[in-house]
Amino acid sequence: MKLELRGITKRFGTMTANDHVNLIAEPGQIHCLVGENGAGKSTLMNVIFGLYQADGGEILIDDKLVKFSGPGDAMAAGIGMVHQHFMLIPVFTVAENVILGHEPTKFGTVLDIKKARERVLDISKRFGFEVDPDALVGDLPVGVQQRVEIIKALMSDAQILIFDEPTAVLTPQETDELMVIMKQLRDEGKSIVFITHKLREVKEVADKITVIRLGKVVGEAKPTASANELASMMVGREVDLDVNKAAAKPGKPLFKVAGLSAWDHAGSKVLDDINFEIHEGEILVIAGVQGNGQTELTEAIIGMHGKTIGSIELDGRELIGKNVKQVLDLGVGFVPEDRTEDGLVADFTIAENLMLDRSDRKPFVKGLNLQLDFLKKFAAEKIAEYDVRAQGIESKASQLSGGNQQKVVLARELSRELRLLVASQPTRGLDVGSIEFVHEKIVATRDSGIPVLIVATELDEAAQLGDRIAVMYRGKIVGIVPSDTPRATLGQMMAGISA
Amino acid sequence: MKQSKRTPISLLVLTLLGLWMLVSAPAIDTTIKISTDSDIFKIAEFGLNAQLVSAIAFAFQLLATGYSSFFVLVRKHKTPRFVVLVFGLALVVEIMILLFAGKTMTITSLLQGSLALAVPLIFGSLAGVLSERVGVVNIAIEGQLLAGAFISALVASLSANMYLGLIGAIIAGALVSWVLAVFSIKYIVDQIIVGVVLNVLVVGVTNFLFSTLMVSNLTVFNQPPRFEKILIPLLGQIPVIGPVLFNQTLIVYLMYLSVAGIWFALFKTRWGLRLRAVGEYPKAADTVGIKVFRTRYISVIIGGAFAGLGGAFFTLGQVGSFGKEMTNGAGYIALAALIFGRWNPIYAAFAGLLFGFAQNLQYGLAIIGSPVPSEFLLMLPYALTVIAVAGLVGKVTGPAASGKAYIKS
Repeated sequence: MKLELRGITKRFGTMTANDHVNLIAEPGQIHCLVGENGAGKSTLMNVIFGLYQADGGEILIDDKLVKFSGPGDAMAAGIGMVHQHFMLIPVFTVAENVILGHEPTKFGTVLDIKKARERVLDISKRFGFEVDPDALVGDLPVGVQQRVEIIKALMSDAQILIFDEPTAVLTPQETDELMVIMKQLRDEGKSIVFITHKLREVKEVADKITVIRLGKVVGEAKPTASANELASMMVGREVDLDVNKAAAKPGKPLFKVAGLSAWDHAGSKVLDDINFEIHEGEILVIAGVQGNGQTELTEAIIGMHGKTIGSIELDGRELIGKNVKQVLDLGVGFVPEDRTEDGLVADFTIAENLMLDRSDRKPFVKGLNLQLDFLKKFAAEKIAEYDVRAQGIESKASQLSGGNQQKVVLARELSRELRLLVASQPTRGLDVGSIEFVHEKIVATRDSGIPVLIVATELDEAAQLGDRIAVMYRGKIVGIVPSDTPRATLGQMMAGISA
Repeated sequence: MKQSKRTPISLLVLTLLGLWMLVSAPAIDTTIKISTDSDIFKIAEFGLNAQLVSAIAFAFQLLATGYSSFFVLVRKHKTPRFVVLVFGLALVVEIMILLFAGKTMTITSLLQGSLALAVPLIFGSLAGVLSERVGVVNIAIEGQLLAGAFISALVASLSANMYLGLIGAIIAGALVSWVLAVFSIKYIVDQIIVGVVLNVLVVGVTNFLFSTLMVSNLTVFNQPPRFEKILIPLLGQIPVIGPVLFNQTLIVYLMYLSVAGIWFALFKTRWGLRLRAVGEYPKAADTVGIKVFRTRYISVIIGGAFAGLGGAFFTLGQVGSFGKEMTNGAGYIALAALIFGRWNPIYAAFAGLLFGFAQNLQYGLAIIGSPVPSEFLLMLPYALTVIAVAGLVGKVTGPAASGKAYIKS
């Protein structure tokens, strides 16, 4: 089936998320839709899938005008969607999830789980998935969950498949496997729309590329276009995707972690005998699929994790047993992975957020009084220095874009006297321009002689930013390797196979 | 870590209670009466030495606590469910034998009373199951019960027909639920607040109508016909089980069917699967074409209808007339039964029975003139609830989206 969009426009209040978008997806083709975060890709897909109603334009399937008032209509018309955030119910089995919405029944109402199971196994076999129809979805690894999501889309015999940023949560291996599946589906004659901002993937599978920026289609590109060309189209100016940094000049080891283990509330081990050192003037990247202990590691370092044993030494001083404030006072800068949740107070102004960690000392406070004049001056300086785009220092953090929020966090953390910088996924969800900025700041921090620990989930970033890469899997460090280690080797390590 | 140690610690604390009771146990007999006159075969009354029985019960408690500690500390594993069950039984046996020491314990009438108290609790918890499973927290069970009780008494009195009263109760409960649904689904008001407000509202309205309308002419407005007990042949003649379970009014039989029916509907039918999907992850349900709002409305309203039935049991099944605030907090206990029963109709029904039993103890003891102060006994069901929910059940996770309004973009 052929899917055609003509002049789709979607507004949220005064913001135009999609502005007269045209797009044609043809059978037997993978059509990549690329653009930065916030460019309107997901909105467009939600319009196609009937989750949003377009304010203008039309959708045609096989040249016939269609109108969807909800996802049910879209599915009936032959559209299937693999959502970025899986639309799966963790406490249901695979079979239950897959049949939801079009359940096989006996006597018109009693669930026919046997038939559901057979259907799952049928599709599983056809595409070589190994999925147990009786497993609870919440117990499955993310990669398998995604296959369940794909089976779900295929169940209603969808001919047009939309993949909305499907690789964000996958290991490199899983990503490669997904690419194979997508090609397989294409060869079966399905029309595939693949949304992503990862240019490597685009180059691997795309038959056609449409670039979207600020809600508008800015052009089409050939699958042969280079990553830098595509990125420039996405951003609207020349960009250089490479991180420019000189070779590291590591000094003596300042930060040492030895025999570090930690347990979560339920008593299972989340960190298992972690050992590494970071030298002054060196960036160590912790790579790995999210949820393999990276969060717990950063929490353990700054004193936020409960039950921890082993040793974490900075400048010869032990951090374990110290509370967060003591750790920060020893010169640890911390950029948390979830900046809106843990990095900023959304309802506070930029200025207030900038002084969060030093609200107990001069020159921000004298006696009981906030030194508002000083704070104003300080905030204005930082906004200028970090190029935070905001109406003023009184803007609330929640009003800023992701990139600007991250700049505020960085400005706060880097404006202290640092002995160590810990940054967890510092560029997650940021636009290309902000990524460049954050990378520059991190490299500059390294060059000033400070050891830097970065948690990264994307291999490209790990390889570009890191001087060495430590790969984590299930709470353990699988190995520490130089940053020019081949991608395939790193991918294997991320799946737990040591190099 | 913290979580798994909670069970042995709770058990240990309760074992100390058991020990205290054992020490204070008198060396006299408790007479146990099991049979009733209508039974097929009779079991003679017999006496049990209170001290001996509590010693045995205490031994079981010790064993269970030890076993649980062994599991948690040595095997690093959760306490098996049956250990907690054994412990609970042993503790209940010990409490019972001591409370009735030197007196006669009539098992059948104790259990009959328990069931009678449990019926509204179970109907109420079914209302909660249907509502929370679809994602709407139902604090308004109390109001639904009370509305059902009032309307059933009024309609049955006016029409001199208890079946019409029953239908009235169903509609009344459903109406209260409908208000809850509209405010929480359409107007996205905090569901807890709406529920509490509804409870207060129903109390106010029924009190007002009772004082102004019913009291003016009690024979016309508040003298409904009552459902008679129906003895089921054979089943009804089994000792203990028969008179307790199978010599009951229509409403109780409806309750058995409701529990089984709702369980089947929730877990075995398409309707139930969709309902639970909406309560777990409404957006996922939406993306496969399930109508989230409609599903929520229907399930919440049906839930209210069941609570209405529970309300009718107060007036048409038991008391025979409406009284001010006669539900007396049953709706809140039903809520606890629902959580204790992990949002499962069958477990919730058992929890309801347990709470009914605890409530009934105070009446049983008052009749035989127990030395235990009645205020203490009044506290028992609630203390039991707190211990059961906090100590032994531990962390239970309800439907993920319960209490969260679904906002369509």
